[in-house]
Amino acid sequence: MTHPLHIGFIPLVDAAALIVAVDKGFTTAEGLDVTLVREVSWSNVRDKLNIGLFDAAHLLAPVAIASSLGLGHVKVPIAAPFNLGLNGNAITVSPALHAAIMAEVDGDRFDPMATALALSRVVVARRKCGAEPLTFGMTFPFSTHNYQLRFWMAAGGVDPDEDVRLVVLPPPYMVDSLASGQVDAFCVGAPWNSVAVDLGVGHILHFVSDILVRAAEKVLAVRQDWSEKNPQTVAALIRAAFRAAEYIEQPQNRAEAAHILAQPARIGVDADVIRRTLDGRLKISPDGTMRESNRYLLVGREGAARPEPVQAAWLYAQMLRWGQASFSAEALKTAMAVFRPDLYDAALGREGKTADAPDMIGAFAGPAFDANDISSHLAAFAIGHRKS
Amino acid sequence: MGAESSPKIVIVDESPIRAAILEEGLREAGFTGVVHISEMQSLLTRIYALDPDVILIDLENPSRDVLEQMFQVSRAVRRPIAMFVDQSDSASIQASVDAGVSAYIVDGLKKERIKPILDLCISRFNAFSKLQDELDRTKSALEDRKVIDRAKGILMKLKGLTEDEAYVLLRSTAMREKKKIGEIAQSILTASELLK
Repeated sequence: MTHPLHIGFIPLVDAAALIVAVDKGFTTAEGLDVTLVREVSWSNVRDKLNIGLFDAAHLLAPVAIASSLGLGHVKVPIAAPFNLGLNGNAITVSPALHAAIMAEVDGDRFDPMATALALSRVVVARRKCGAEPLTFGMTFPFSTHNYQLRFWMAAGGVDPDEDVRLVVLPPPYMVDSLASGQVDAFCVGAPWNSVAVDLGVGHILHFVSDILVRAAEKVLAVRQDWSEKNPQTVAALIRAAFRAAEYIEQPQNRAEAAHILAQPARIGVDADVIRRTLDGRLKISPDGTMRESNRYLLVGREGAARPEPVQAAWLYAQMLRWGQASFSAEALKTAMAVFRPDLYDAALGREGKTADAPDMIGAFAGPAFDANDISSHLAAFAIGHRKS
Repeated sequence: MGAESSPKIVIVDESPIRAAILEEGLREAGFTGVVHISEMQSLLTRIYALDPDVILIDLENPSRDVLEQMFQVSRAVRRPIAMFVDQSDSASIQASVDAGVSAYIVDGLKKERIKPILDLCISRFNAFSKLQDELDRTKSALEDRKVIDRAKGILMKLKGLTEDEAYVLLRSTAMREKKKIGEIAQSILTASELLK
């Protein structure tokens, strides 16, 4: 056994591989003694990882990059040797906004371009009659949720900084805020979208997989210097998480996985809601309408667990587009180096599968992503707030 | 910054007792401009309206992530706010995380003016945890006593013992089995429930 490890997590379904790795004994089998610590905010997870109270953490991929670049906070280089999930978020809107968008939608309601254009018409109509701008909740300034909402609405001509309000809300407060009218919509991970639908206060408008085919979501994050000092521990963690991801992806194990994740000290919601998320079979309207997608949340299948540097580059490009960072070739290199397929491949003794989308991102709008030419890529988007 | 003598401090805490303990400490130390926010709805709007120099928030509060939004370039922010994380002062960071509190300060407020506020905050948070622990212990001691009284009653009735004899029996059994008296009493209650 190595010395005891403390790993922080936020109670979300995309922590599944980490939680199952520990609770199903895959970490013990690797000779690791892991204590999972449930946290209430990404700021806490980040800070406790930074100062060494946590050896590793379930972390928003953009936070790992922002930490490594010293954006918005102290600079602490982070390594992400394992991707805990691709996709998994959804955009949920209030019944009133849902009705307004559906009245304007021209085309398939699951086509994000059709809904973004409809949103744009709703925004214009509201402005004309002097209504308050719509408010959208997301989880953190450096979050996939922030970028996914922005990417979607900007494609339809809605400027996320001028035409609507984007506010940070802790995931457990999302549903209440939607019910009380504090926000009109939100983008968050599971289980919160389903909770809103089950309570009848929201409709799931989009799975994030409608917007991006492959979107890196949460990573298993360690401090870079710690990973250099403890290469064997890092490799053992990767193997344990990989085995857990493989376990979760087997349909016959889903019931047990959902049961493990549902425990009060873990995610603490109904096992059935977790099961629906893992299966990609979600109730999207309070009237019981179901929608299935085999891309809702990818825990380990299709090479989802291998951290691809192009994903980090795409997230860095979003930070540029929305004025959170200024471009430098060096910063791009640093951002891409956060994702460590080398550590992943070495630990598992194999190459990860290559992705099916040609540019590995597969966004519904704009040109294919090119990490080698971020400036011209971003120039193709009409709306953005790049720093000069 | 506001008045040079006393920076405006906002305490974001859902625990009214802990906030009161902290507020009292700050006032005693001469910090008069202290406002407590216990309601998390529209937190940022309220903070912007108060325009504080220092914000203190407990680490159990999910709304810490809401405060992180203050660092973002936005028209709503009138001046930049930076978190009190000076990498040269890791002892102080460690102490505040251990105590369970985090501080955000307005950029430009001098470090030597922040230090006493943070130190006081850490000591008051620690005092509150101690108080909480004592309260928990007292509560469980009280519950033990109730359980022991009921177990004594059962023993007196079933075995025709006096109260003192019943207690001696409980204590000697606990010693023999290396358990707490409360645990033995609880097993008597459980057994008597089963045998009813």
